[in-house]
Amino acid sequence: MAAAEFRDAATRALADPQLRANFRRAMDGLMTKRAAMFADRDEWTALRSLGAAVRARSLLQLPELLERLEAKLTENGVHVHWAETVDQGNAIFKQILSRHDATRLVKGKSMVSEEIGLNHALEADGIEVIEADLGEYIIQLDHEKPSHIIMPAIHKNKQQIARLFSQKIKDAAYTEDVDRLTGLARQVLRRKFAEADAGVSGVNVAVAETGTLVLVENEGNGRMCTTIPKLHIAVMGLEKVVERLEEVPPVLSLLTRSATAQPITTYVNMITGPRRPGEKDGPEEVHLVILDNGRSRVFADPQLRNTLRCIRCGACMNHCPVYTRVGGHAYPGVYPGPIGKILTPQILGMDVAGDLPHASSLCNACVEVCPVEIPIASLLVRLRGEAIRPEPGAVKGAGSHADPTEAWTWRGWALAYRVPALYRLTTFLLTRFGWALPGRMPLLKEWTSVRSRPRFASQTLHELARREKVSNQ
Amino acid sequence: MTDARTAILGRLRAAAGKDVPPAEDFTVVSPRGWTAEHRLERLRRMMEAVHTEFLDCRGQDWLGPLRDWLIQEGVPGLIYAPATAIGRRLAAEWSGGVPLISYDKAMAEWKEELFAQSAAGITGTRGGIAETGSLILWTDADQPRSLSLVPPLHIALLDVNSLYDTFWQAMREQKWAAGMPTNLLLISGPSKTADIEQTLAYGVHGPKRLLVILVDQC
Repeated sequence: MAAAEFRDAATRALADPQLRANFRRAMDGLMTKRAAMFADRDEWTALRSLGAAVRARSLLQLPELLERLEAKLTENGVHVHWAETVDQGNAIFKQILSRHDATRLVKGKSMVSEEIGLNHALEADGIEVIEADLGEYIIQLDHEKPSHIIMPAIHKNKQQIARLFSQKIKDAAYTEDVDRLTGLARQVLRRKFAEADAGVSGVNVAVAETGTLVLVENEGNGRMCTTIPKLHIAVMGLEKVVERLEEVPPVLSLLTRSATAQPITTYVNMITGPRRPGEKDGPEEVHLVILDNGRSRVFADPQLRNTLRCIRCGACMNHCPVYTRVGGHAYPGVYPGPIGKILTPQILGMDVAGDLPHASSLCNACVEVCPVEIPIASLLVRLRGEAIRPEPGAVKGAGSHADPTEAWTWRGWALAYRVPALYRLTTFLLTRFGWALPGRMPLLKEWTSVRSRPRFASQTLHELARREKVSNQ
Repeated sequence: MTDARTAILGRLRAAAGKDVPPAEDFTVVSPRGWTAEHRLERLRRMMEAVHTEFLDCRGQDWLGPLRDWLIQEGVPGLIYAPATAIGRRLAAEWSGGVPLISYDKAMAEWKEELFAQSAAGITGTRGGIAETGSLILWTDADQPRSLSLVPPLHIALLDVNSLYDTFWQAMREQKWAAGMPTNLLLISGPSKTADIEQTLAYGVHGPKRLLVILVDQC
């Protein structure tokens, strides 16, 4: 994905009134409902501090916790796999599936599976992957990617979904009734659950102490995917682990209330292994794929490491003025909104997604609502610096946006502010001859492409002050 | 992928800091000091807000009221787990009217029937959580996972003396960390979705209805 893609996609999105209306309405609703969930400020502050402490503690002990998690899961009978890259992740899936001759998959909602492009990779091998979360199912029918990490089909209205279902689902009559649309999906997908060879899920929290994979959901598709097929494969980013089971309740409370303003989701699944002797159902084999994909590099920098605290609630995008206007599809990578603006450039590289940290007014709305206190605005500023640093650095692709013209301009600016005579000369020249600067000159042309050219005052502030005899205090 | 494991853990270890982990204050998720009446009232209010139905059988035997309810709702059959306490009572004392179906074999042996024909499944619970309005379900050899998942109606017995204020309190007092089942569940209503225009719709993949039977003792 080219660096300019966000800019172009955002411009196109801004010109789509239907898309903007769909997002505006949805985000307004989510913000209002979330605020009501955290009406008690003291409770919010205390819970948020606890959530941030849980996540910070996890990251401080990350390598040890991952080893403990692996040991405990193995003891419970779960197979643990490690993937450094997207390709390794997909290869692990293929190996497991081919060992079981599994060709029909049902998948619960998982952003990490989007990150590795699992569906695409498996479909290339002739394996059918059915997205079971209703929102994911809708966008899969339309060959789209999620536009929101919690509500993947938020960009569509019910008329669009009604049209889609009537075209893509066999024998489906056109209806805009939400209950009947939901019923149609239920009918199709229950068949798929019953017939599937394997189920795939994500993980919201992995507990090292007990070797438990925690998964929250409302629909029951997560339960179906992890209960009915003989084989269950879970996939998670390596940052998802916590030390103890008792750390789960505060994280889930922050997650569900921030995400969809629910005190809890309909189902909280705590999975601690495959079917035990005598049990009548549940998968016979459970696998966990732990994905790095650049996370260990993010982890290496003490400031940027805070990116990995994220519990993927989506509150930052719900409150982001940029996201609300351009929607999730404008962003490269799979994580849109503020978290995407700090995570995607670090995973894909500054050379690929280096313009993302600039897609922000630094209004701080995301920082105020983040349930685990990620300093998103500071990280955006840090990444802007990384993009133009003169030499490669900690972040993948750092320095790739370095521009000599810009660098020299700032050097000149700094010099003028250090040398009074030069400052006076510069301001004198700009006030007298600034009008002659061509609007198409570098650095100025981006501004003048959509705005009128700024006009310099005919006298500097210093000159005006002298004329008005304002004493220099 | 041993190499990947070594490489990943190696990079993480090389970067891990020596900072002192921040302290955790669990007061905000601790018991609230609620009365038994308030716990039940709250749990019921929270669960009813998401379309859970209740049958209050406190102070009486639940078998008769359940049978009447099933007949009234036209439920054609009830699946039960024969080795559980609830299952044993049903097998011994059910007075008919609605056929009982015993979940006495592996799911694979009757998966088609379960998916295509089942109407209702009944399970016990290990208690409830008042703060969030949730039921605690342990699944094991006696109580299968699909019993509360596949039939369109899930019926759960809840002992009103086993309510906790918070999730955190329940897991600590029941000592979950000392031995987790294969699948431990919190269930807070019937299956739902808001993926179409954020409009709530019930019964997408899991049960369409959830009936909680309140009892004094099971």
